[in-house]
Amino acid sequence: MKKILERVYLALLLVFMYAPIIALIVLSFNSSKSRAKWGSFTLNWYIELFSDEAIASALVNTLSIAVLATILSTIIGTATCIAMIGLSSKFRSAITAVTNIPMINADIVTGISLMLLFRFLHLSSGFSTILLAHITFDIPFVMLSVLPRIKNLNFYVYEAALDLGATPVYGFFKTIFPDLVPGIISGALMAFTMSIDDFIITYFTKGSGFETVSTLIYNEVKRGIQPEIYALSAIIFVVVLVLLLVIDRAQNNIAREK
Amino acid sequence: MGKDLITLEHITKSYDGQVILDDLNLHIYENSFVTLLGPSGCGKTTTLRIIGGFEKPEQGRVIFDGKDITNLAPNKRQLNTVFQKYALFTHMNIEENIAFGLRIKNKPESYIKDKIKYALKLVNLEGYEKRKPDSLSGGQQQRIAIARAIVNEPKVLLLDEPLGALDLKMRQDMQYELKRLKEELGITFIYVTHDQEEALTMSDHIVVMNQGYIQQEGSPETIYNEPENAFVADFIGDSNIIRSTMIRDELVEILGSKFACVDKGFGENKPVDVVIRPEDVELVAPSEGTISGVVTGLTFKGVHYEMDVEAGGFEWLVHSTKLSEVGTQVGIKVDPYNIQIMNVPESEDEEAISETV
Amino acid sequence: MKLFKNSKTAPLIASPYLAWAVIFILVPLAMVFYYGLTDDQGGFTFENVATIAEYGYFKALIKSVNLALISTAICLVLAYPLGMILTSMKLTRNTYLVTLFILPMWMNFLLRTLTWMTLLEGKGVINAVLTFLHLPTINIINTPSAIVLGMVYNFLPFMILPIYNALSRIDDNVINAARDLGAGTFQTFLRIIFPLSLPGIISGITMVFIPALTTFAISSMLGGSKILLIGNIIEQQFTQLYDWHLGSGLSIVLMIFIILNMIVENITDTEGGTLA
Repeated sequence: MKKILERVYLALLLVFMYAPIIALIVLSFNSSKSRAKWGSFTLNWYIELFSDEAIASALVNTLSIAVLATILSTIIGTATCIAMIGLSSKFRSAITAVTNIPMINADIVTGISLMLLFRFLHLSSGFSTILLAHITFDIPFVMLSVLPRIKNLNFYVYEAALDLGATPVYGFFKTIFPDLVPGIISGALMAFTMSIDDFIITYFTKGSGFETVSTLIYNEVKRGIQPEIYALSAIIFVVVLVLLLVIDRAQNNIAREK
Repeated sequence: MGKDLITLEHITKSYDGQVILDDLNLHIYENSFVTLLGPSGCGKTTTLRIIGGFEKPEQGRVIFDGKDITNLAPNKRQLNTVFQKYALFTHMNIEENIAFGLRIKNKPESYIKDKIKYALKLVNLEGYEKRKPDSLSGGQQQRIAIARAIVNEPKVLLLDEPLGALDLKMRQDMQYELKRLKEELGITFIYVTHDQEEALTMSDHIVVMNQGYIQQEGSPETIYNEPENAFVADFIGDSNIIRSTMIRDELVEILGSKFACVDKGFGENKPVDVVIRPEDVELVAPSEGTISGVVTGLTFKGVHYEMDVEAGGFEWLVHSTKLSEVGTQVGIKVDPYNIQIMNVPESEDEEAISETV
Repeated sequence: MKLFKNSKTAPLIASPYLAWAVIFILVPLAMVFYYGLTDDQGGFTFENVATIAEYGYFKALIKSVNLALISTAICLVLAYPLGMILTSMKLTRNTYLVTLFILPMWMNFLLRTLTWMTLLEGKGVINAVLTFLHLPTINIINTPSAIVLGMVYNFLPFMILPIYNALSRIDDNVINAARDLGAGTFQTFLRIIFPLSLPGIISGITMVFIPALTTFAISSMLGGSKILLIGNIIEQQFTQLYDWHLGSGLSIVLMIFIILNMIVENITDTEGGTLA
């Protein structure tokens, strides 16, 4: 009896979480513009979506910012984590404290604070300001997943490498760095998804005339939802689903090999 | 031996189709120190968990003090457990940990206070009341886990590899501590370990298990000196196990040489397994030995030398305080009382048991 | 540690991030405080912060706190039993079921909110279904209920994840030990499971409460233009009214809530003693 209740509860929550998404996907194939009526099956909205230049450029903006922000934040974040090995504990806790600020602070405050800075510096808002903002909130996510690895490092292996004649740099990349790679990868993935998903901070740092997918949707919604947006949602959902499955598989494989 | 306190009758348990315990029967007597000994996966911990109530057997019954407790929840059983890795409540201090069981039973606070004091004194950790479990060493956490269990005055204390996480010195200290505790409390201890030395040091009664079966039970001396099969002989201490032929009563042919022994009733010209402990092998002049060979290896072990002797096509393990250099020709002599004859496994089950050695 | 032979190497490697953190984290934050505590002429004033006490602003703040509290409570009530059920299923081999509950978190935040717009609209999907079934239609779009629904839907995974993590980290033997010492199911929950999962609950509450309190997108999409939350007011100061001083002053008020939340979290963490 308890088992059945538990299953029902799980099922209800799953329905709550997925039914809206499924409804959206169904609507993306609905020829009727009305959301209450089913016209007939159509791929029209997908065709319109792909011919919509505004959406295409927003997509390009989102992806290029995400990729660049991920690369740069991963490099800076990882280097900082490695440096923390050699820093005094005071120094380390200062870095940790500063890094925690964007994680704990409300996105709206982070967003406006960066907007104030960019205005003050007279940086013209757009691609570069969004990129700077994204790197800023991505670095903590990279550090968050690399730092635990740093704490578990085995430095004897590194010393063994030096003992066997390796130069410090060679020894580092052959012994310590490989141990950090899983943390770096998951940090980069985290940074990428955060960047793609961000709306609030982008909204305050983008300036006018420059749109990412998130800000575009927000603008469209205010004007009234176009069915292409459903098509876009459906595609994003499927892409996310596939990506997560692939990552999950890869992680399982790595786990099994160990 | 006291009266029968716990009886396991025909206990069968499996996980995912794999049989862990197969028709296990066991009697545990009041006020004894019983050790379930065996390699990992032998079913010893499962047996303990069934007694504790954390697992339900598929078949069979658990009788406690004359009552069937097979389906009784753990919180209704008059026994307490000391878990592997202690399982202390990290969000409570030591005092709160120890008081947990008593507070559940709504004992008066003054009684609880006395009990905490008594228990901490018993485990030599007076003054640790306000400390958090995380701030204690492994050995200290272990003592707290014991204190937390015994304040409830259980009739039986179950201990699941309690010393497994400690280093050697600490483990030896705790072995004596546990023995002392057992004597002071006068209750039954059921102890699970894979460490044969621990079992021999502490127990009144050892139950050797492998692959879900009880291989042998008895006093530590019996288990050590008269192992019933090759598994027990090999698992408990070092031994020379040699497939031999029983010529007739009191005479066995080992590696082509005839040795006098004291065992009877194995039949004539029957294959048997012979167990000879390394310290029971005497090295003498070649002419004086029953079988002769040559020393091939030598290691100094502190209290004795460990030597390998090649004789009759078998490498004998020998412990002796007398040194014989590598290359020395020696004779091997064994006192008839020190030759332990065992039946060769007949059934497939038994075969499986001895092959895992 | 002997990784860096020269004592200056590590600070050197850390310096780009340090510079970055100063320029893009500390200075911007200082600017919020500067604008928040000055007037147009650059003179020091508490007026911007004090504006929160004025009727319209205070009402918006109270409404925001209210809706955020309700949403957080609903998330907690929904997520805790779920965490318990998932933990009891011992999903060591296949965590896909857990992933399934977290998955919507990875979908674009605006799309998730948009979904509910579509469903809740007067002529939306839910009402279409209700009409088809000859049931009375519901009309909650542009009401606080719709905002709460949107918040719960958006932030529920942020509650599930830390609670599930905290619950699944509890050693089975600790629970067994409690039972062994005489605690029944309810006592075990009250004295062992709940206190040990408290850090997860607290971090879940933070992860839901702060974004719910400060949101402006959910309220503007599901609440229509009539319901103003504190997030909407701040957003308007920056994007429409260009009163950075007032906007920053109100942001300082928000940060006070965030700091309070942090303090609560820290206290319970040390009391819980589970922060390894």
